[in-house]
Parts: sequence; C-alpha cells; structure tokens
Amino acid sequence: MSITPEVSSTVTPESGSDGAAPGVDDSTSKYLLSLRGISKSFGPVQALQDVDLDVPAGQVTAIIGDNGAGKSTLIKSISGIWSPSCGQIFWNGQEVQIHTPHDASQLGIATVYQDLALCDNLDIVENMFLGVEETKFGVLDEIKMELATVRVLKELAVTTVKSVRQKVGSLSGGQRQAVAVAKAAMRDAKLVILDEPTAALGVSQTAQVLGLIKLLASRGVSVIVISHNLTDVFEVADRIAVMYLGTLVSSGPASNYDTASAVEMITTGSSSRLASPYSSAE
Amino acid sequence: MSAGGRNEFAVMLKRFKSGDSGLIPVLIGLVAMVLYFYFKNHVFLEVVNINNLFIQATIFILLSMGEIWLLLLGEIDLSLGYLAGIAAALSAIGVDVQYHLPWIIVLPGTVLLITLLGLFSGTLVVFLKLPSFIVTLAGLLGYEGVMIFIIDRQNTGGTVAVHGGVLNDLVNAQLTVVATWILLIVMVGLASFFLLRSYYNRRKSGLVYRSIYFTIAKIIGLVVGGILLGVVFNSNRGGAFIVQRGMPFAIPIDLAMLLAGTFILTKTRTGRYMYAIGGNKEAARRAGINVNRYRMLAFAFGGFSAGVAGLLYCSELAGANDSIPGGNFVLYAVAAAVIGGTSLVGGRGKMIHAVIGGLLIAIIYNGMALINMSTATQYIAIAVVLLAAVTVDSVARRGSVPGT
Repeated sequence: MSITPEVSSTVTPESGSDGAAPGVDDSTSKYLLSLRGISKSFGPVQALQDVDLDVPAGQVTAIIGDNGAGKSTLIKSISGIWSPSCGQIFWNGQEVQIHTPHDASQLGIATVYQDLALCDNLDIVENMFLGVEETKFGVLDEIKMELATVRVLKELAVTTVKSVRQKVGSLSGGQRQAVAVAKAAMRDAKLVILDEPTAALGVSQTAQVLGLIKLLASRGVSVIVISHNLTDVFEVADRIAVMYLGTLVSSGPASNYDTASAVEMITTGSSSRLASPYSSAE
Repeated sequence: MSAGGRNEFAVMLKRFKSGDSGLIPVLIGLVAMVLYFYFKNHVFLEVVNINNLFIQATIFILLSMGEIWLLLLGEIDLSLGYLAGIAAALSAIGVDVQYHLPWIIVLPGTVLLITLLGLFSGTLVVFLKLPSFIVTLAGLLGYEGVMIFIIDRQNTGGTVAVHGGVLNDLVNAQLTVVATWILLIVMVGLASFFLLRSYYNRRKSGLVYRSIYFTIAKIIGLVVGGILLGVVFNSNRGGAFIVQRGMPFAIPIDLAMLLAGTFILTKTRTGRYMYAIGGNKEAARRAGINVNRYRMLAFAFGGFSAGVAGLLYCSELAGANDSIPGGNFVLYAVAAAVIGGTSLVGGRGKMIHAVIGGLLIAIIYNGMALINMSTATQYIAIAVVLLAAVTVDSVARRGSVPGT
C-alpha cells in the first residue's frame, strides 16, 4: 500500500470526469472520500481553514487534534449537519454536495456522534431501526427487525449483550457504543465516522470498540475515527491526520508518526521529528 | 432457544424485584380499594353501581388517554377538560336544544372541531416554540370562558339538556344481551388468535421466545375477564319494573379508543416515533424523524380524545352545564395517567394506564359517595390516595433503569 503524491492532473480512464476543468487535481478518484479546500466559518470565527483530506476505502483514518482544533466541525461538514463555507467534497472521484444528513446517508456515510444519539427508553432493536423501520402492510415487522439485529450483532462479534430487547438505557457504556456502531454498520455504510468512540469507556470496553473498528475496516468499510487518545489511535489507525487550530497540518500513513511527534503536532502545529513532512494534499 | 416455564418465571421475578413491576402495584391497590368500599357498603359491587362506575370512569379514562399522547412526548395539554366541556355543550345544542340537526352530522362534527382546537394549541407550541404548559393553561382559562358563553347564551339557566336520541343513548342505552356476548366472544377470540399467532411466528422464526404458558395465562385472563364483564353487564340493573340488561354503548367506545390507541403506539411507526421523541428528541431528529409533525399529531390525538370524552360526558349528564369542572378533570386525567404508570417527562406510557388510572379515580369517588363521606373529607382522601399511588409507583420503578 504505497501512496504516491500526485500533483499533475493525469486523467485516469475509469474516472469519467469529463467535466473536469484543466489543472484540477485528479487524485481524488483514488480515494473513497476527498476533501479539497474545505473551510467553515461561523460569523467571525474561522473554524476550518482550507482543509484537504483523503480517506481511502477499507482503511481506518484517525483525525487527531487538541480541543477546538476543528475535528468535530470537519466531521459535521462531511455528515451533512453543516455545509462547508467553501471547498469541495469528492466521493469516489465525483464531486458531491452534502447539505443534509439525508444526503450523507444516501452516499453511504454513517456517523456516530459523541452522544451516541440513542433513545434510552427504547430497546436495541428499536434503536437500530429508528427512522428506517421495516413494515409489513403498514405494521411494524418486529420479527424481521429483530432477526436482522441479532445477525448484525453476531457478525460484529458483539457478544456481551444478552437480549436485543433490553432497553438501551440499561446497557453499559461499551455496549451502547457497540449498538451505535452496529446501527451505522447495518445500513451498509461505505464510510463510518466515529466521534470520540472511546472517550467515556473503560479498558475492556475500549478494547471491544477498537475490535469493532478493525472488523469494519477488514470488511471493506472505511472508518474515520476522531480521538484524542493516542494509544487507541496507534492501535487501529492505518492513516493519521492532525488538525491544529482549524487547519490540517499533517496527514499520512500511521507508520509515519509516533507518540512524541503526534503530540508535538497536536500542540504546536508542526513537528521537528518527521523526516519529510507530508503536505496535506498528496 | 426455548426457555422453560420455570426459568422464565424466575427471570420475571427478578425483573419484578429490581423494580420493573409494571402494573402490579396499581392493580393491587385497585383491588384493595374495591374490597374496602365493598365491605363498607355492599351496594358498591351491585351491578347497577358497577355500571355507574364504568360510566363515571369514562370521562377520566378518555381524557387521560388524550393526555398520554402528549405526556409521551414530554408535553401536556391542560385545556382538554374544557375542550371536552365545549364538546358536551356543542353536541347538546346542536342535536337538541337549538338546532335539532341530525346526530350523524353534529357528533362527528363536534369531535372534528375539538380535534382542530387541539391541533391549534399544537401549532402554537411547535411553530412559535412556546411551552405547552403555558399555551394550554391559557387554553384552559379561555375555553372555560367559551364554554360558559356557549351555554349561557341559550338562556336556559346555565344548563342545556338532552332529551333522548343517539346522544343520550351513548351511555344510557345498551347492546342487547346477545349482542354483548357476541361482542365479548369475538373480542376475546380475536385477541387469543393474535396472541397465539404471535407466539408461533416468533418460535418459527428462530428468535428467543417465552414459554407458551405465558400466552395461555394471558388467554385465560382474557376469557375470565370477558365472562365477568358479560355477567356484570347482562345482569338486570334496572329493577323489577324496568329491566335493563346489556353493555352500555360507552364501553365498546372506550374499548375501541383503547385498542386503536394501543395499536398505533405498539405496532406503527407513528407510535414508535412518539416514544423515540419522548426519549431523546435529538436522537429522533438525527434519525430523520420529523419531530414537529409528531408533536402536532399528539395534540390532535389529545383533542380527538377530549371530543369523544365530551360526547360521552354529555350523554352521562343528559346535557351540559356551565359548571362542568374542566380544570379538575384535566388534573385528574394527568393523575390517572401517572398512577397508571405514565411518566411526566416523556418516553414511557401506554393507553391501558389511562384505563387503570381512570377506573381508580372513579372507584374512589364512587366509593366515597356511597359511604357518605363529606366533600371536604373526599378531597383530602383522594389527595392521600394519589400521593400514595404515585409514591409506590415511583419507588417501585427506581431500580429498573439506571438514572430513572
């Protein structure tokens, strides 16, 4: 898996981008998701500045950065909560517009936010199918949904849950996270975004969730993980992208980074330790 | 895959002990109250009184059902009591006192109007983003004025009376004895069929299923209940000269509301979304649910229930009067829902809670009247009972879900 920086606009035969303007960077077709020049401002506050990011299929990309670096804002621009102020988003090489969460899920992007967005008063099956229930003649098809839930949890090796009819409010933090991730995975998502999935979890629960992330990637699903826990990041990430004060200061294969250089990039925006600093657009 | 009967029972007992006791404490309280009043005055369990009890409970049950739609979403509608009063007044005036229009126009028309008024409250709450407590409190005060105005305008001394006709018959006339048995047999039969079908479907599909004994126990319960209801309502409650047997029409109406409401809440997306919004409004929104639409729908269902409640109340009173206590009624309706097990903050509640709670309140009032308690004592007694009921329920649930 070698990533060669491409700066010339070579037209790849299968990209089919007949409307591409001359000089446009065509490297976007190699990646599942590509961001070019994404900026987002809220009034006078510039939350994101000119972010370029490439997310390959079937790999785990970790976005790391300090609080306020713009990680969550970047995610919300991809998942349709907010539209970028300017910039382009490419999906499989084609430019797309993502203005609503619906647009994002149409593409195959599923997001698990930090608060998990689960209803405590509903059980696991009801949460998994919330908004996308299966019905038969207008009546909820409970059996179909329950079978699908059991199947998905088994495929994702979530074994600690005893009954899929347990109320989600009675589950542990790790189980809730597993349910939230399973819910995203069940929609045949091509890209699953996880915002601080292990922030509130204990040791074994964290291991459970990291295992889930690796399993997803092994099945060809792209995963973006936002985390400030470098141990977890180095455990699962294939690629790392570092955010600092709204800009993406560095990205590349995880092997290019170590804890010390990562911390330095997070806190200062640059590192003296990297042999050849990669620019954000490769 | 299969769970032995004994094992399932142990699981249920454990859940019971940890706080998820459901309706059991309230039902025990209900039975205790019935026995208490019976021993104080045997008339309490005479068929004529049981019949009165169900009729008296109807207003509380239906208004409580209306409130539950709103409580599930964490909202409330304090105006439902006087909306019912307006329904009672309008139907009496339309059918009898002034306009003498056919009931087939007036009755559904009244219900439709009240539904729209409920929807109007919903519009203010949802689109102007006003708190439902305040909006519907304004409704309570305003609609009381409207109700008094409508009735007093008739210049009949503050009361509008209904003489016979369908409106009167809703509560005071009944199905024939044969029709009553047929209705009960059909209902119990259908319910048993659906219970058994659901059991076999689960078993066939490979999911974990409960022992058949649970289904059989439920069916036995339904049959016993059906027989009791049949015997009670088919016994002569009229006396030696005027024989009156059969189930009053109000009961099937109540049952229809119960079944329709329960069906919507448990088997449709609409119901599912109501629970979701009450549980975590933001999660529901992120799941793509149109939260505002379902909030409006809840207000509409509330209005609809109040409309039907008003018609039945008018039937019970054989008219309407300008001192109908709409404020008290709505408070009892909310209390009935909470006693039955509905949560005031949303996300938990069932239509059956309205039935149990409504019956409890009617039992208390009916019983206290029969033992000649003074009005002052009645109020204090019911206050104590309500407090006790909601405390027992709250303490019992404390262990079930963390954080409740």
